[in-house]
Amino acid sequence: MDLAILVGIDFVNGVATLALMSIGLAVVFGMMRIINLAHGEFMVMGSYSAAVAYHHNVNIWVAILIVPPIAVAVIGAIIERVIIRRLYGRMVETMLATWGLSLFIVGILTTIFGSHTEGVPAPLSGIKVGNYQTSGYSLFVILMSVVTIVGVYVVLRATRLGLLARGTMQNAEMAAALGVDTSRIYATTFAFGAGLAGLAGGILAPISGVFPSIGGSYIGRAFITVIGGGPAPLVGTVTASAMFGFVNQLATFLSNPVYGEVALLVAAVILIRLLPNGITGRYFRRAL
Amino acid sequence: MHPFVRSNASLIAVGVIGIALLVGLPLALELFTLLRVTLFVIFAILALSLAFIWGYGGILCFGHSAFFGLGAYAYAVSVINVGDSTLPIVIAMALPALLAAALGYFMFYARISDVYVGVITLTVTLIFYNVVNSTAGPQYRIGDVHLGGFNGIPNVPSLNVPFDPNAVLGPQDMFWVCMVALMLVYFGLRMLLRMRFGRVLIAVRENESRVEFLGYDARLHKLIAFSIGGAIAGLAGCLFTAWGGFISPTAFSVVQSAQIIIWLMVGGVGTLIGPMIGAALISWLTASLGSQQTVDANVVLGTVLLAFVLLVPKGIAPIVTDQLMPWFLSMCRSKPSVASVSRKDKT
Amino acid sequence: MFDALNFAVGEMNAAGGLLGREVKVVSFDTQSNMQLYAQYAQEAALKHKVAVVHGGITSASREIIRPVLGKYKTLYFYETPYEGGVCDRNVFADGTTPGHNTEVLVDHAVKTWGKKGYVLAADYNYGQITSEWVKKYAKERGGDVIGTEFFPIDATNFGSTISKIQAAKPDWILTVLVGGGPISFYRQFNAAGLSGKIPIASTTFGAGNEQMVLTPEESNGIVVAYNYLQDIDSLANKEFLTRFRAKFGADYPPVTDLTMSSYIGLLLWAAGVKKAGTIDRDKVIEALESGITVDGPSGKVSIDPQTHHCIFDVHLAKFKDKKTVILNTFPQRKPIDTAMVCDLKKNPRDAKQYVISVK
Repeated sequence: MDLAILVGIDFVNGVATLALMSIGLAVVFGMMRIINLAHGEFMVMGSYSAAVAYHHNVNIWVAILIVPPIAVAVIGAIIERVIIRRLYGRMVETMLATWGLSLFIVGILTTIFGSHTEGVPAPLSGIKVGNYQTSGYSLFVILMSVVTIVGVYVVLRATRLGLLARGTMQNAEMAAALGVDTSRIYATTFAFGAGLAGLAGGILAPISGVFPSIGGSYIGRAFITVIGGGPAPLVGTVTASAMFGFVNQLATFLSNPVYGEVALLVAAVILIRLLPNGITGRYFRRAL
Repeated sequence: MHPFVRSNASLIAVGVIGIALLVGLPLALELFTLLRVTLFVIFAILALSLAFIWGYGGILCFGHSAFFGLGAYAYAVSVINVGDSTLPIVIAMALPALLAAALGYFMFYARISDVYVGVITLTVTLIFYNVVNSTAGPQYRIGDVHLGGFNGIPNVPSLNVPFDPNAVLGPQDMFWVCMVALMLVYFGLRMLLRMRFGRVLIAVRENESRVEFLGYDARLHKLIAFSIGGAIAGLAGCLFTAWGGFISPTAFSVVQSAQIIIWLMVGGVGTLIGPMIGAALISWLTASLGSQQTVDANVVLGTVLLAFVLLVPKGIAPIVTDQLMPWFLSMCRSKPSVASVSRKDKT
Repeated sequence: MFDALNFAVGEMNAAGGLLGREVKVVSFDTQSNMQLYAQYAQEAALKHKVAVVHGGITSASREIIRPVLGKYKTLYFYETPYEGGVCDRNVFADGTTPGHNTEVLVDHAVKTWGKKGYVLAADYNYGQITSEWVKKYAKERGGDVIGTEFFPIDATNFGSTISKIQAAKPDWILTVLVGGGPISFYRQFNAAGLSGKIPIASTTFGAGNEQMVLTPEESNGIVVAYNYLQDIDSLANKEFLTRFRAKFGADYPPVTDLTMSSYIGLLLWAAGVKKAGTIDRDKVIEALESGITVDGPSGKVSIDPQTHHCIFDVHLAKFKDKKTVILNTFPQRKPIDTAMVCDLKKNPRDAKQYVISVK
């Protein structure tokens, strides 16, 4: 029984991590139809900003929850202005440009920090479950994942910015005619997505090591989750992460992490074959 | 000038340059540089395969390294088991072509298009990468070959004269083989694009539904193009393995796929000559970057890709075809005209 | 590694060079790209016509460089700890192999912690082969390995593994993890509150200075065995560290076994060249085979002519507050694993890596 709880926590944790990784990408994809292949590197920048802040004696919670989203959102806003803005409406070109950007960021991070592993210690200790031990921090990751998703929902649904953003995405010309500064909305949305990536990077920094090329292992999974989820950022992310996360954890538990990863990828290929527009392209179409 | 020559001027120019390189480079270069150029030639073949399916078929393949890697592994496994490299070359092209056909059937007949094709191909590459990477255990063998996981397969024999395993090709022969292969692939593709099949394929790229209204099966055309691209990528993989004597899972990596796309962006999508030049240029750049310690290689490659997407979206091919090629042709043209004049004088 | 090599060359040149000539380093950044390893090995051998190549970090890269250098007759030194078995007259390896340190670790684990072990290994050659050795050594001592798990090199999520370990209840864990991912294992292991409850031994921990990234709570108590540890208490080591720090500054990360074996590798080659009186490959190999010995910061290191591997001291140590406390020293251990399959005296034309059958 205790072991079942332990394994259950692992499963939920897998799903939550996947959702946390994907939400920033999903917002940008869902709202702007842009696939940001530098998303993984945005997360890594979040992790590095957390590590740097922590080593400068910033409070650990501030270092992982406050610093990364702000730092990466600022970087995201700059990148939007310099690069992304020139490529709106050209999906393939944007993907290629952000791919170049991701290489560029990996290179810059390697130059600044070297290729060895940095890190932030986990701020929570272990928790007892009957005779077993589990990580308190993985419960925190689950919690933060839920908080983030609810937060995004509130921003999109209840704030004026969210309203303007959704309006602009549905019909940019109409919004512009009504006096909305659409280019500012795009910029803000992109920066918001980047900030979410930074937050994910900050939260995950204590469990995974921080090194320049780790973004590569994030982007694959996040990318697949977002495409699998389809156009509605929130519902898509949640349903797709639940599905892929479950498949991944199940295969990992039954065999090893490699086949966990492979099972996830196979599930993704089948899903896209069956639902080319993702889960929310078919179901929950009116959802957010 | 003969009308055939005029209408095929660029083709002939490429042929002349190709033969000049084929004969001239081994004489002009020292062994080490020739080895390096051979690699560029192999990558040019790889670039051609994607240039064909992306530039002309409009199929966005983000996971092209799946075919390259599969060809490479197929060659390595079969050549070690068989000993003679003749059959393995065929296998190295057939397997990727089959994979492409299966994958193409899976995607095109479900009417999956565009970015989603990119995602699926990328995912398939990731699957290969993960699976091959996890074959380090002693239980993973095919015949006499241990797949070796992360380390890959070392000591793969090079090509030999067909049906004579003892006559192994030296570095210079290897260069000739690769160069001839490149020219065969290039002219083969050019010919294919001129035939009805090629014209329909380009039409599918431009407007799939219109082509279908005219009664052509767009899906089949894409499927065939995709399989041809897969076979060519497999050939490149096979030559690559023979060149280096090893193969490792990095052949399947996303980075490898990205490389090919960068070659195309730099060279120019929608042309065949551009990607070949792009492949050689970028490979040369990557190799040179490693000999210095000041700038990280990724920074440069990233900047190059960004710069081309933003500033030179058509790549360098237009510069080649619109400026260098006419110049080259005018150089050639001046001589034959003198000859024809003198012949007239005699009669 | 590169710094250590340059440092050794710098010292050598300051002392008047080798055979009266200055030693020049041509270096390449392979960007961990396998195909570039092949290209640069060709470049070094054919274009720069170097006297010796030092390098190749992974076994994969070594197996790419090795045939190239063999073909173009260029001497090769490989300095990373690896799985053993390379038998090639053109190659000298001065890193630790399972025969050097794994036996020491397993012996310690079974005797002090108990019979039941659990192995976590990187899923590649080194991990697979080392885990076989662990099994063998444990069985010989009446112990048993109750579980073995392999991970891809970039794995970062060890949650389900930690659950599985708890379900299996081993007396000790032995890790053979490499790359950037392992950091997260030690971290997640500690975050689950297990540090100190199940002891860990490792053949790889500390080789990338992992302890500097982790907190003391996360790394305390991990037992390792290496030829060189920065905390070796000897005059030669203290002098070396003073010189090394003077050049690279006090902030330079701790000198690892890997760094040291690069340094020693160059000293061994130089000793061979001095003895041969030339940089001619065949004469240098003969000189090295005569049983060259150098006294370095890690103690006496000599080349075993039969295998072209090295004989040196192995220190068993425990991490405490980011430093190591040496528990025991095993003097002059031989490359017993490679010696089982390789005899270059009898078969000088051998040029392959044997997979040693561990039974």
